[in-house]
Amino acid sequence: MAKQEIILLDVWANMYSMKVKIALAEKGIPYECKCEDVNNKSQFLLDMNPVYKKVPVLIHNGKPICESSIIVEYIDEVWNDKAPLFPSDPCGKAHARFWADFINKKLYQIGRKLYTTKGEEHEAARIEFMDCLKLLEGELGDKPYFAGESFGYLDLSLIPFYSWFQVYETYGNYNFDLTMSAPS
Amino acid sequence: MADEVKLYGFRGSPYGCRVEIALNLKGIEYEFIQEDLSDKSADLIKYNPVHKKIPVLMHNGKPISESLVVVEYIDDVWKGVPILPRDAHEKARARFWAKFIDDKCIPAVFKALGSHGQEQAVAEAQEQLQFLENELKGNKFFGGDNINLVDISATYLAYWLGGAEEAIGIKVLTKDKFPKLTEWCENFVNCQTVKDTLIPREILVAFYKKRFGKA
Repeated sequence: MAKQEIILLDVWANMYSMKVKIALAEKGIPYECKCEDVNNKSQFLLDMNPVYKKVPVLIHNGKPICESSIIVEYIDEVWNDKAPLFPSDPCGKAHARFWADFINKKLYQIGRKLYTTKGEEHEAARIEFMDCLKLLEGELGDKPYFAGESFGYLDLSLIPFYSWFQVYETYGNYNFDLTMSAPS
Repeated sequence: MADEVKLYGFRGSPYGCRVEIALNLKGIEYEFIQEDLSDKSADLIKYNPVHKKIPVLMHNGKPISESLVVVEYIDDVWKGVPILPRDAHEKARARFWAKFIDDKCIPAVFKALGSHGQEQAVAEAQEQLQFLENELKGNKFFGGDNINLVDISATYLAYWLGGAEEAIGIKVLTKDKFPKLTEWCENFVNCQTVKDTLIPREILVAFYKKRFGKA
């Protein structure tokens, strides 16, 4: 592959940027990381992501790609010579996309309620969050990774939430018995 | 071995419609199973235990759910008319706009409709629609000369929105603000692969009149 210019626009502790960084690391892709100030976004970020004005944004040879799950799929398609993140069969891919969508929407939305709500709404969120985790636990089963023996897209989608578990534990008044195996 | 393709859906659902359009584009024969959404079948719950929603595509006994996941699956499995661009960056762009339609555009439109045209809600919906107006860039469809994933994702905007607007008596997607989108709606609903999936307009409007308390 000819010399590539790869820039990642990022913000500290952003769980979505984390997914992209893991994907880039899995593929061994060198890149330049530019950290944005959430309270003072650069014109560059606004130009690269005019719709959402958010990180992460991957800029590959001058072309921007936005939305973390879309960036990860792009990385997997372009750098397809090593560490595949998706299963090769369409059914496996659909499965991975379905669960990643579940993680991104449900875990994020409900997890957010754990530290932004009180009272009945908080209690309902606690129960719903635990239900989501149980569903994921069921999906993982006895396998080391969601797709089987190899680390993949779904594991990558969940890791950033795993790194926030202490937050969820504190605000959700949980005592997580982390029986699910998560990649280190 | 012939493929066995079944679609659990509901006639009148824009999400089920997305899948039917994709199947039509590829020329796939399928069995449509109409669900009663107030009394979902045991099969639907078995095949989509997480969300318990339509549409669910069954392909040779394997279930796939979430309309845009199903559409991409159809494009992966069956060759022929492409639904996604082949170039990786263009593919990412198409996915971005499809996700934007689902995550931002349609929710803002729902809010405008639900508020029966409250000024602020309509303004916010129109702000999102403006992105799509700009993205058309003088093309007939988001996919250029032919429909692609983005057009399919925007099915609700092309047909259902108009029905809801008529039922409530408001206008969100106006011709003067959105001339390209208005023309796109007309072109899209007249595509052969789309036409047959749509329920008659009078049924749609009657449904929305009841839903929004205008009946």
